[in-house]
Amino acid sequence: MATQSEIRYLTPPTVEVKKKKYCRFKKSGIKYIDYKDADFLLKFVNEQGKILPRRLTGTSLKFQRKVSQAVKRARHIALMPYVADLMK
Amino acid sequence: MLVRVILFTTFALLKTILPMLNQYETVFIMTPVLSEDQMKETVGKFKAMLSENGAKLVHEENWGLRKLAYPIQKKTTGFYHLLEFQGPGELVSKLELVFKRDERILRFLTVALDKHSLAYNEKKRTKGFEKSKTETPAEA
Repeated sequence: MATQSEIRYLTPPTVEVKKKKYCRFKKSGIKYIDYKDADFLLKFVNEQGKILPRRLTGTSLKFQRKVSQAVKRARHIALMPYVADLMK
Repeated sequence: MLVRVILFTTFALLKTILPMLNQYETVFIMTPVLSEDQMKETVGKFKAMLSENGAKLVHEENWGLRKLAYPIQKKTTGFYHLLEFQGPGELVSKLELVFKRDERILRFLTVALDKHSLAYNEKKRTKGFEKSKTETPAEA
């Protein structure tokens, strides 16, 4: 007779602990996003050079607008590519 | 009432004495074909234009020859230069017209700075200054 504790799973059940996303700009008090700092902006684009959605990065709407503005400016002055296929 | 009138006149006076000056930041890319002297001359031309039009140069940065993220006019590198200045708004359109006409310029971008970006730039400058201050004794 198998008691409750003896039940074994072939693959251990993963207990998903949802990590709450947060806006890193709000958290660290960054007020201005510099378009000249391409290395920093690299965190907000995928490897094709596309801007990542808020849904993935957790950025608040206010700062997402600023991020996208900064990325677009960086692209204009050729600090970041418009299209790429292996950025990282 | 009298206080109001006095206040109004002082503001009006102040406005005439101090015209509204915004702070702008311009980054431009020059062709890599230029020699060091030619590049300096180009930068000098724009700096002269700024001072002629009543702008005050706040900061200047030369990033040197950098690789472009994508080719512009079949060039893969370019001399980057940054000018930060305080000046009347009409100057920006004039400056951009000259940028467009100059074939040595590959790309330019002028951005008006708000209070957050001003604070950021100020902080960056003082930080850079401190860094250079701490670096110099290490070198010596």
